[in-house]
Amino acid sequence: MESFIEGIKVVPLNHYILLSAIIFAIGVVGVLIRRNAIVVFMSVELMLNAVNLLLTVFSVYGNDPNGQVFVFFIMALAAAEIAIGLAIIVMIHRNTNSIDVNILNRLKW
Amino acid sequence: MSIFYFIAFLSILFALLVIFAKNPVHSVLYLVLTFFTFTIHYIILNAQFLAIVNFIVYMGAILVLFLFVMMMLNLNKDTEPSKGIYVKLAGVIGGGALLVTLVAAVKMTAKSNPVLLKDVNLGSVQNLGKVLFNEFLLPFEVSSILLLSAMVGAVLLATKDEKPKATV
Repeated sequence: MESFIEGIKVVPLNHYILLSAIIFAIGVVGVLIRRNAIVVFMSVELMLNAVNLLLTVFSVYGNDPNGQVFVFFIMALAAAEIAIGLAIIVMIHRNTNSIDVNILNRLKW
Repeated sequence: MSIFYFIAFLSILFALLVIFAKNPVHSVLYLVLTFFTFTIHYIILNAQFLAIVNFIVYMGAILVLFLFVMMMLNLNKDTEPSKGIYVKLAGVIGGGALLVTLVAAVKMTAKSNPVLLKDVNLGSVQNLGKVLFNEFLLPFEVSSILLLSAMVGAVLLATKDEKPKATV
């Protein structure tokens, strides 16, 4: 464990922010280019995880445990969101035999 | 030092593979690997509680749920819908523009200090438990109600209704 703690001694805060920004942007691209509803959900998970990592890094940087508690709440929220979302996807698949998000454009009426 | 950059590279690589894999089952498996690299990030930051919760909740529960639904709906490469090349190109350009904006905003700020672990017990279960059950007791209880209502809602939504549904 001591070697791991030594491992972060020289990583600047900017590099963590950069990593989180890249992962978040990958999630946004995934939402934009995929039509499979489940893969869109997985891209949303990527975005949530990028924010989780950033909150943890700021919590360590500022020596404040509140950030890590917030990450815990975000994980609980993500679990609830995924349960509801996958139930909705199963229902849509039962009614339309497809999970193509373009089929959902009938929702605009 | 080098371990962070190696794990960060792996995170970005697997995240890219998640969104560019043709087969949705492969996407889920790459997402497992991405979350595993995030767990390693938490261990490097000495956030032990979050590492364990990330491992159990995300890799153990959420991704199994994804894989289960994917198997139940019988999704594979043949049923995969795909967008046109121009829409994909526009999506990549839009996401790249967002990334450039974020990076430029970070560049505007002052030169950053390294992330130093001042207190080794910061992310331990004991320390976080004290914070969670003192200052955040009410949000903790409210989140239990949220999870309960999500469970009830999921059961209601996914239950097949016996009545024939109205035809449009």
